[in-house]
Amino acid sequence: MEMWHASVGSQNVRTVVPNSMKPKKDVQPGTLALMVLKTLDVLGPLHGYGIARRIEQISGDKLFVNQGTLYPVLLRLEQEGAVESDWAPSENNRRARFYRLTRAGHKLLDAEKRDWDQTSAIIARFFEVKAEDLA
Amino acid sequence: MRILNRLFMRIRNFSGDRRGDERLHEEIEAHIAMQTEDNVRAGMPPTEARRQAVLKIGPIVAIREQYHEEEGLPFFEHLLRDVRYALRQLRKSPGFTATAVITLVLGVGANAVVFSVLNALVLHPLNVYEPRRLFAVEHKEHAYYMQSYPDYIDYRDDNSTFSGMAAYDTTDLAVIIGNSAVKSYGYLASGNYFDMLSVRPAVGRFFHASDEHGVNSAPYIVLSYDFWRSRFHSNPNIVGTTVSLNTHPFTVIGIAPSDFHGTEIFFWPDYWIPLVDAPETGYSPHFLANRATHNLWILGRLKPGVTAQQASDDLNAISRRLAQQYPREDDDLDARLVRPGLMGDVWGDPIRAFLAAIMVMSALVLLAACANLGSIFAVRAADRTRELAVRLAIGASRGRILHALLTEAVLVSVAGGMTGTLFASILLELLSRWQPFGDYPIHVVALPDARVYALALLLSVGSGLLFGLLPARQIWQTDAAQAMKGGTSASPVLGRFSMRDVLLCVQIALCMLLVIGSFVAFRGMERSLRTPLGFRPQGVTIAETQLGMGGYTEAQSWPVQKRMAEEAAQIPGVSAAGVIDRVMLDNDCCGSESVFRQGTTDFRSSQESFAAHNFSVSPGYFAAAGTRLLAGRDISCHDGSNTPQVAVVNATFAHLLFGNAPAVGQHFELFGGSLREIVGVVEDGKYETLTEAPQPAMFFPLAQGMNGNDTALVVRSALPPMDMAAALNRMMDGIDPNIPLTVRSWPDVLDLALFPARAATGALAIMGLLAAMLAVTGIFGMAAYSVNRRVRELGIRIALGARKVQLMNAAIGRPIVLLCAGSGLGLVAGIFATGLLRQIVYQANPGDPAVLGGAVFTMALLGFAASAIPARRALSIDPSSLIREE
Repeated sequence: MEMWHASVGSQNVRTVVPNSMKPKKDVQPGTLALMVLKTLDVLGPLHGYGIARRIEQISGDKLFVNQGTLYPVLLRLEQEGAVESDWAPSENNRRARFYRLTRAGHKLLDAEKRDWDQTSAIIARFFEVKAEDLA
Repeated sequence: MRILNRLFMRIRNFSGDRRGDERLHEEIEAHIAMQTEDNVRAGMPPTEARRQAVLKIGPIVAIREQYHEEEGLPFFEHLLRDVRYALRQLRKSPGFTATAVITLVLGVGANAVVFSVLNALVLHPLNVYEPRRLFAVEHKEHAYYMQSYPDYIDYRDDNSTFSGMAAYDTTDLAVIIGNSAVKSYGYLASGNYFDMLSVRPAVGRFFHASDEHGVNSAPYIVLSYDFWRSRFHSNPNIVGTTVSLNTHPFTVIGIAPSDFHGTEIFFWPDYWIPLVDAPETGYSPHFLANRATHNLWILGRLKPGVTAQQASDDLNAISRRLAQQYPREDDDLDARLVRPGLMGDVWGDPIRAFLAAIMVMSALVLLAACANLGSIFAVRAADRTRELAVRLAIGASRGRILHALLTEAVLVSVAGGMTGTLFASILLELLSRWQPFGDYPIHVVALPDARVYALALLLSVGSGLLFGLLPARQIWQTDAAQAMKGGTSASPVLGRFSMRDVLLCVQIALCMLLVIGSFVAFRGMERSLRTPLGFRPQGVTIAETQLGMGGYTEAQSWPVQKRMAEEAAQIPGVSAAGVIDRVMLDNDCCGSESVFRQGTTDFRSSQESFAAHNFSVSPGYFAAAGTRLLAGRDISCHDGSNTPQVAVVNATFAHLLFGNAPAVGQHFELFGGSLREIVGVVEDGKYETLTEAPQPAMFFPLAQGMNGNDTALVVRSALPPMDMAAALNRMMDGIDPNIPLTVRSWPDVLDLALFPARAATGALAIMGLLAAMLAVTGIFGMAAYSVNRRVRELGIRIALGARKVQLMNAAIGRPIVLLCAGSGLGLVAGIFATGLLRQIVYQANPGDPAVLGGAVFTMALLGFAASAIPARRALSIDPSSLIREE
């Protein structure tokens, strides 16, 4: 994503490569699905490109993801019944496949969110602990 | 739920033709197009915009892979790919595939057949409630299984360890259906028989202990399901009507369930009647009353928690008491429990021993097959070194290659195992439909069940995997660069022996052992056929009947028998005719009786001189049977009820009682003191089995009362058997149309006596044949491979002027050396395996020079046949064309 932002600013391709060498966070396994779900939850039906762009914007440049990896994740969510998809014309009248959260998807998102909150709360507590607290 | 849903989708995607690829393609195209538009809008030139878009989406091929893996079932996809690859590989080398599959078919098929029979006859208990608690009560002396009815009653009533005890015997009676009398086989069973077994009737009811109120008090008959269906067309109204058994009416009270065939595995009865009604059908009343008349089998069900040992101790305590109480009849009574179903251990012992030995043999065949399989897989791996090296070099992991080879091995083994099992089931189907002994209700039902299929699958996949993986080591060590550079390196002729050599050697040794087994069996068969029988069966027709079936009492039967003999002798073309009560070497021959010296007064069985087979004959029987008279005279028509009691004895009898002194004119006594004068001595014969040691036998005149209703008319003639049968049936219709007549030729009757020898010879011959086929494939494969691999070297040798002998030595020296070594090992093993072979063949002697010579000759012949083609190939190598090829 960094590549793309870099190229938006400058048309010089060569600047892209060093930029992309900057340390970036890899997406943790499973979190991409959560981001997809949340994106669809907030923004309603979207096509793949739209989802990719939103994730990019929301995560604010800090994530490195090959946009293509989104499609296996979408397929998987669809197979699990969390999303549904259909062909529909896009905003500039291109045929695109739109993904939409199902009721099962909402439930899944809630469950995942709770899990995530719990995990991060536990981790956070670990970081807050000082030696004297445990004495 | 989510996981299930997903799995379902995946399976659907996997099985159906998939549109996902198209969809992904379209989505990615749209994605790139939109990104490109955005890039252009941000100010990039169109080509750069698209390039950036493509870069951004990532490696499309990898994404597609990932997408696929999400979409379908990758494990199965890989498997499918491996299977397709393996199939292609196997198609490419049909020789290898055919050899491997045939090897497995032989090995697995043989084992499936033998195990099915073992399973059905030995491992499977009787098809009744809690069969493990059922035991037959025999005497301690092996194969002495008959009990008397009074002893049975005492055992039944006095024991404390059995919850029930029943007695039964098999019988044949004339059942009149419509207008014709049909000889049918059935059981005489004690009243509690069905209750003790916990069998429920299909129709009507069974008889119970409460139906018995003394002799002839329960004229009831229970029909077997098959008999009911075939003779009474499954008519349920038959229950309550009467059928005639030996002209006496019996009421049909019920039909047995279709899966109940009595308590003997081979003998499937047509009906059951109460034992107490046996006299009604013509049995002597002694049958039930006399403690010394042993005619019954006892079957008991142990109480829960009681061991067989406790039960047999219990019965032996009763036996000792009975011996004290009835010293004349029961002084040697004792009891032993055996597994029921195969006539106690009368058939059980030899059948179990025979099957165990054959099972070992077939396991050896399988082992030989596996050795063969191992060596052809090894050869194949060696041949494919270069291909495997290429695959390694272009990046296949060793695990992946192993996986592919494994798939190949499993495919081959499953194909071989399935074909083998198919052949086995066809064979077993034939065996189950086979009725070896004419109308006698013998069934050998050994249809394969789940256990057999499981074994076959296990054996085939197990042997395929194990021996298909032998070359894995080879693959693991493959150095790709070396293999591709140098091709295969020639191995020295007599260098270190490889795994392959050991396998072939073992295989040859096993084959030699099995070939020896076949030869031993053939020798045993030949000996059986050459044994002097004491009669000349060729050209003799036997017409059997039971006069009781016509309603004759024992006292009334002699005139009928006499008339039969006289009228048969008048038939044109008949040279001699006589009557005997039992047919020698037939399945129900013989009975024996205690013989005492003249002057004995103590008739306890411990005082007897010996027990001799007893026969009753008419004048002229010996002439008709072709038995030679050694001294004295034949029974004559003047020996009757008012003349002195006489007997003709055989040579063994005379020798046992009088040594070398002439026996004619001497006397002996039977149980109870009846005195008999010996008027003639005839040659010894075989009475029960072809392999028995010489037995004493005595022949009484039918006219002198020692006479049952059993009648066998023995007719010697030159007429064809069919004409003879027709003439005899016409004759019998003239005497009494109610008497059913069974006409057979004596050689046919002998088939039964020859059956064990035939079965053993057949089984061993098949094993030997399988082994020989395996040996041929093994040697051929080895020799062909060794020539193939060394074509170049052999060509150079020819070019340098090697002589033919040297060339042969180089080409097929090693297989020949292995053949000799393996055969030697096999010979030694064969001599040590005498004990095993003795279980199958009477007096097996693998040390017999004819056997050893035959086996060595066979192996030499096989070796020659198998290596001839590779040897010719080696000799026909044209060095010039070979070198030009390089």
